This record gives sequence, structure tokens and C-alpha cells, in this order.
Amino acid sequence: MSPPGQADRATGWAIEAHGLTKAYGGTRVLRGIDLRVRRGAVLALLGPNGAGKTTTVRILTTLTRPDGGRARVAGGDVVRDRAAVRGAISLTGQYAALDEEQTGEENLRMMARLRGLPARAARRRAHELLERFALTDAAGRRVGTYSGGMRRRLDIAAGLTTDPEVVFLDEPTTGLDPRSRRTMWETVGALAGAGTTVFLTTQYLEEADRLADTVAVLDRGRIIAEGSPAELKRKVAVERLDLTLASRAAYEAVDVLLGARAVHRAPAELVLGIPTDGSAGHARALLDELDPAGELIARFAVHGATLDDVFLELTHG
Amino acid sequence: MGEYAVLTGRAIRLTRRSPDALLMALVLPVLLMLVFVYFFGGAIQGTSDAYVTYVAPGVLILCAGYGASMTATTVCDDMTGGIIDRFRSMNTPGTAVLTGHVLASVVRNLVSTVIVLAVALAIGFRPGAGAGGWLAAGGILLLYLCALSWLGAAAGLLAKSPEAAGGFTFFVLFLPYPSSAFVPVETMPDWLHGFARNQPVTPVIESVRALLLDRPYGDAPWTALLWCLGVLAVALPLCAWLFRRRVA
Repeated sequence: MSPPGQADRATGWAIEAHGLTKAYGGTRVLRGIDLRVRRGAVLALLGPNGAGKTTTVRILTTLTRPDGGRARVAGGDVVRDRAAVRGAISLTGQYAALDEEQTGEENLRMMARLRGLPARAARRRAHELLERFALTDAAGRRVGTYSGGMRRRLDIAAGLTTDPEVVFLDEPTTGLDPRSRRTMWETVGALAGAGTTVFLTTQYLEEADRLADTVAVLDRGRIIAEGSPAELKRKVAVERLDLTLASRAAYEAVDVLLGARAVHRAPAELVLGIPTDGSAGHARALLDELDPAGELIARFAVHGATLDDVFLELTHG
Repeated sequence: MGEYAVLTGRAIRLTRRSPDALLMALVLPVLLMLVFVYFFGGAIQGTSDAYVTYVAPGVLILCAGYGASMTATTVCDDMTGGIIDRFRSMNTPGTAVLTGHVLASVVRNLVSTVIVLAVALAIGFRPGAGAGGWLAAGGILLLYLCALSWLGAAAGLLAKSPEAAGGFTFFVLFLPYPSSAFVPVETMPDWLHGFARNQPVTPVIESVRALLLDRPYGDAPWTALLWCLGVLAVALPLCAWLFRRRVA
């Protein structure tokens, strides 16, 4: 057994999971999860409700024992070195883990004391965190009076009283309004910028795209794709030239011309899509070929693949 | 040990800031005593003066049991919210969380006991006990409090929701009635005697009353002690088992 912080420095992995399985009753929630996250990187575990995201987080944060497989977090085994792992991580779950009847400052001081800081240091640390998360003005108010965004920020702050090596965030922006979501993204960005490894789960592709170095797509208990957001988008292909036709007749004429080359058809909107490399030359040649007189095609747009496309393709493809 | 102090302080603060729970814990016992003494007392014993001396120890027990059973709700609140996961992920032992709630319950009840006692003395309760009697009565009351608080914690771990956990409060609130807390057992119908004489609240109330009034107590204190220790011996391992089951 190696002390925490040693093995990961040697291998460069903050999180390593092999073949994690978990079943509740007869339901197999995880069917063999393999994951690796480099120190200081941000991994987004992306998946719909019920895919197994929270179970994965609970196993990696030592709260739930896996039925099978192994995982090391911050150099410690999540089953055998539980105490060491717990000392090196923080978890912010889906539901605010705060006392509504205590003030923001009291909550932070309590968490700092529980992490072993003496009273005076805990107070100092609480003030630093309140400042850093723009909560100083609300420090003396009960958490019950906080907005959703403030609560979520305090919830994350509560996990940072002792500078954890790995921060787990389970759906950090679910239920937040767009502005609070943006603030939360900045918070996560700042954590990553400071070298903390971040493992977050999300249902939002935009969020994964925005925050993560690596995205792992989880569907029905299995990782079905993994890579950088750019890699995943490339996997699905490619850009598409969407042509909006001028009329129903024009739509039908061009559809016949294209035949199998059309990869996207939206008759209601009179749109046909053709794969493209996105270059001006290709677009010009295509337009000249299909519509030499310049009468059939009203508009065109180059459509880059979004993670939504990736996700739909991977889960239903 | 720091965690125990931090979490006890937390549980006391949460109690202090929950106005309805506080009101119930502090005001209800006093109200009940006034109702018993002034509404029923004359009918039960002819004069309310004599009855206050009989019933005050009973109200102390009622109040202790009631307050202690609120532990079920506070524990269940923690178990159903997200905070228990955070505590566990911080390697804070579950026993520290539960102990915090039990100690807060004890503190809360000591306060309400003092209030009830003060009101009782003001309306004519005249205990004849010396220092030894007070100490012994206080000790039994404290043990009863601890036992019920841990039992409440177990109920809180078992309940699916804080509302369901509140059912335990009802049970404990009712238990002193079929005992000698408010009226002598002999005045109850025959079929109730067996239960009323042998249920755990009766020896507790008999010993506290005898000790406070400086009367012969027989073996009531020993029976009370056995009951309380017995409840603790069941409740503590039960809590440990239920906690592990709950978080697994």
C-alpha cells in the first residue's frame, strides 16, 4: 500500500478505475467502467438521467463499495485506503450538503473544523473562501435565505477547506439559471487553473464541451465514448453544408440530383444537408453544380457537429 | 474527539434555530403541567395543591421523553439530506454525527427540565429531598434521557422521512399515560395493571418521585437503572447497524 499522493505522482493519474460494476437489487447500474483522469485535468462524465453517473461518483468518493473492479483516487484504493482517499478529495453532491439553519460562515467553519483545522485557522479559512466565492456579504445570513446559485457556490466552497487534490462535482449546474451556471463554470475553470483535478458529471453537452479536457460518455452503465471534446466531435464527422431550397419544387429537384450524397433531409424546412470540409472551394463547387442558374438555393449554412450530435449518434446509432 | 464537540455544537445551534421545535420542547411540558394541575388536579385528588406534588415528577418524565424523542427527527433530517454524504466523504465518523444529536437532546432537555421544575415550584410543588435525593433523581432522569435519545436516533435512522420519524415522538409522548405518572395505577382498570406496573416508564417515575419527595423507593431505582441500561444496550448497537445499512 503506497501512501496517498505517491502513486499518482508516479503514474500521473489522479483517478484510475478498472472494470467497476455495481448492481442494486437486480438492476445492473454499472457494467464495467474504465476511466483515467490525469492530475490537474478536468473530466466530464456525460450521460442522461439513470446512466450511472452518481453511482460512479459515489464509488470513486468511497461512499459506495463497488461489486467488482478496482479504483484508485489520489493514489489510494477507494476500498482499502478509504480514509486516505477521503483526506485527499472533496465531494459536492447533487443536493446541497449544508445546514439551512446555519449561516454561510458557520457552515464553512464547521467543515473546516471537521477537517481538523483549529478554531482560529478555520475562521480564517472560512473568510478566505467566502471572499473567493463572492459570498462575503451573505456570510452572516442563514443558508436557507440563499439563492440557488449562492447555495451551490457555498456548497463547493465547503469542499475546499483543506485544498483537496481531487474535487468531485455531481451535476454542479443542474437547476441553476443561466447566469449562475456561467458563474459556476468560472468557478470550475479557476479550480482547474489552480491545478486541482476535477471530476464532474453533467447532462449538458455544452457544459462538458466548455469545461472538460476529457469527456466520457456514459450510457446505461457503460462508457460508450471517451476523448477530448474535439475528438468526439470528429468521431461523428464532420461538417455539413445545409442548403435551404427556394421552393418545394426546387427541393425535390435538388434531392434527385444529390441522391445518396444527401446525409440530412428536412422536407418541412426545405433543407438538404451534404458533407463538406467547410472550405470555400467546396461550397462554391457544390453550389455551381447544383444550382448553376442561381435560382434553386435560397440560403446555405455550414453546420459543425455539436456534442449533442455526438451523443445522439452514440446512444441511438 | 474534536468532531464530537463540533457536531454537538452544531446540533445545539440547529435546535436553537428551529423555533417550532423549541417551542414544543420548552412550552408544551409547562402547559401540560398547568392543565393537569389546574384542570384535572381538583377532580383527581380533591385539591390541586396536593396533586402538583404527585404530578410534577410525572411531567418531568413526560417532558424528558418527549424532548428526547425529537432526536428521531433531527437524525432523520441529516440522513435524508445530502449532508451525511459530505460528512462521510470527509471521513467524519457516523457515531460523531449521532452523538452530536444525542448530546444536543440532553442539553435541550436539561433546559426544559429546569423550566418545568421552576414552574412546578412556583405553583406549589414541595419536594422534601436532600442533596443526595436530588442527585440520584437527576442521575436517573439523565440516564432515561440518554436511553430515549439513542432509541430516538435509531428510530430516525429507520424512518424514511423526518415526518415518519415524528411518529416516534407520538409513541414516547403517550407512554407515560398508562403508568403512575399522572394517576396511581390502582385507579386504572384491572387489565391495564400488568402493563402499567411493568412498563419502563413506571419504575423511572416511581424512583424520581420517591427520591424527590424523600419517600421510601423500594427497588424502583434499580429496576429503572436496568431498564435504561437495557434500552441503551439495544439502542447503541442498533444505531451502529442501522447507520451502516442506511449508508451502504
